[in-house]
Amino acid sequence: MKKPKFGFWQVVLWFVLLAGGCSLILRFTQGLGATTNLSDEFPWGLWTGFKLFSVALAGGGFTLAAVVHIFNLKRYRPVLRPMILTAFLGYSMFICSLIIDLGRPYRIWHPVVMWNDHSVMFEIAWCVMLYTTVLILEFAPAVLERLGWQRALGWLRGVMVPVVILGVILSTLHQSSLGSLYLIVPGKLYPLWYSPFQPVFFFISALCAGLAMTIFESWHSRKAFGKQLEQSLLVGLGRVLAVGLAFYLAVRLVDLAHRGVFHLLLLPRTETYLFILEIAFLFVPMLLLFRQRIHQNPTALYFCSVLTLLGFVTNRMNVAITGLEASSGTYYFPRWTEISITMSLVAAGFAVFWLAVKYLPVFPPARETAAMPSPVLSAVSDLSHATS
Amino acid sequence: MSKALLYDATMCIGCKQCEVACATENKLPYNDAIAAEQKQSDHKYTAVLTKGDKFMRRLCMNCQDPACASACPVAALRKTPSGPVIYDEGRCMGCRYCMLACPFSVPKYEWGKLLPKVRKCTMCPDRVAAGKQTACAEICPTGATKFGERDDLIAEAQQRIRDNPGQYVKHIYGLSEVGGTSVLLLSSVPFEQFGYPGDMLSEAMPLLTSRVLSKVPDVVTLGGVLLGGIWWITNRRVVVAAAEGSEKRSSAAGSKPGKKVKGIQNEKA
Repeated sequence: MKKPKFGFWQVVLWFVLLAGGCSLILRFTQGLGATTNLSDEFPWGLWTGFKLFSVALAGGGFTLAAVVHIFNLKRYRPVLRPMILTAFLGYSMFICSLIIDLGRPYRIWHPVVMWNDHSVMFEIAWCVMLYTTVLILEFAPAVLERLGWQRALGWLRGVMVPVVILGVILSTLHQSSLGSLYLIVPGKLYPLWYSPFQPVFFFISALCAGLAMTIFESWHSRKAFGKQLEQSLLVGLGRVLAVGLAFYLAVRLVDLAHRGVFHLLLLPRTETYLFILEIAFLFVPMLLLFRQRIHQNPTALYFCSVLTLLGFVTNRMNVAITGLEASSGTYYFPRWTEISITMSLVAAGFAVFWLAVKYLPVFPPARETAAMPSPVLSAVSDLSHATS
Repeated sequence: MSKALLYDATMCIGCKQCEVACATENKLPYNDAIAAEQKQSDHKYTAVLTKGDKFMRRLCMNCQDPACASACPVAALRKTPSGPVIYDEGRCMGCRYCMLACPFSVPKYEWGKLLPKVRKCTMCPDRVAAGKQTACAEICPTGATKFGERDDLIAEAQQRIRDNPGQYVKHIYGLSEVGGTSVLLLSSVPFEQFGYPGDMLSEAMPLLTSRVLSKVPDVVTLGGVLLGGIWWITNRRVVVAAAEGSEKRSSAAGSKPGKKVKGIQNEKA
């Protein structure tokens, strides 16, 4: 029954990866100018927007790590691993697209030795390096359990709390600093998006995107493997997401009001439409998530998470592209190479996630099997406790 | 002291000698086709724009506190005390944040090359260091582009506006824009007509980001203490609960079912 469905998606996956591979070869043999629509007028494009978004998705990693390890809400432990994995993949996608986007990618290590502590980009470079390391340490237990390396596991358990604290601090800095990147362009970024509070928006939206991503992944993993999170946990996350979205939208509203730019919403411009689209994508799931009935229905909950994610994709693309077009005096739309490379990075992310869920103890074991006492299962649950 | 350039558009005759000298100095190609290009690019660091009988130069403003230099993660762009904002291509990794950050959109990129560099006017740093004028100032036949001490040039520009108030827009562009620039402009028509942004902040752009960046050490210190403290409290609770739970369990079978007991089992496993 499931076989043909998988076949279809596998074909899509391979096609996307192939197209991306071709574009990748072109990009590294022909150069950025020949293979992208980037220009002197528009030096940052789709890849920048994608980078901003892939890091936002990782917001769940540090949130859940703090909830479980620092605040000791152990109920949410089953959510932790999928989120750490997502965060790790988000950061991996960030690094991959950075390598592709940099004019001289082989110098990506330069910020390690060449410092400029006045640069937001320098802060980002360090946060990415350190937090990716933290994520590897946080996800390592899943791999070590699989390998059965008990001594390494014990050692990791001993350092986990400081590692998690470091991760939360680095994430707070990094999520907000991606917003800080745009503080230096008051004359260039359209006023609907330019705000001195951009770092705060980026931080709050990363928390929300992370929660939405959890619901999104749990639904897909149930479809594929029958492995998923308890509905009660998802409902809890859905409620927090509703409040998070409401708070985010309120902060944005207050900011627009204080800067006195509401009149811009009356102008018939692309910026206006895309701004309204962004807000609508976030407003609708917020309303839905406050309704009790939605929580009883896993598919409705999933639908809300998809809308939320679309909202934050739109937001990041608006900051990275839409908001900069007017001042650049040019029109930018990504070239097919840019689009196919981005799509293949997303596809690779999905594929790695799928493989990890299949072969590593990422989600708690399926519930049907939980009832029967088997030595295998008790070993697995023993090991998953061992992460604490 | 800091050197600067004063460009007086009312004295410019549009001969484009500055473009030629700039190309020669920076070893760039120059021909009629390039001369006709009305914008800065990776092969044209300065451009004399023409609108009717009005001219205006575009070149790197070599800001006093440049946005590009603060944006660059590897300090490839740097303001020298003598004025020029220089570029070290050996450091640059090509993130192009400087291009975004520059309020005048001056830095250009070698899009056609496989390993591109950022290109822009760097105010002839070698010549300035050797005590010479920039190439464009030296060759200018009318004195429209003048090289000198920034303070002297400001005084001179103010004098010119005072002497011929009808001839100039009452504004020295670059005096206070983005905290001041090492290129100062005088014109008879509004600067916006030639693409110079009109509503510039009078404070240096790097302040916008450094205000936030200066909070980083605070976030690290306070965040670390706060999170560590919260962990200490919550962990203490678990330890106490576990101890109580085990006592109860050993004393009576009717201990509280639910979370706490579950928690202990987790801890033991």
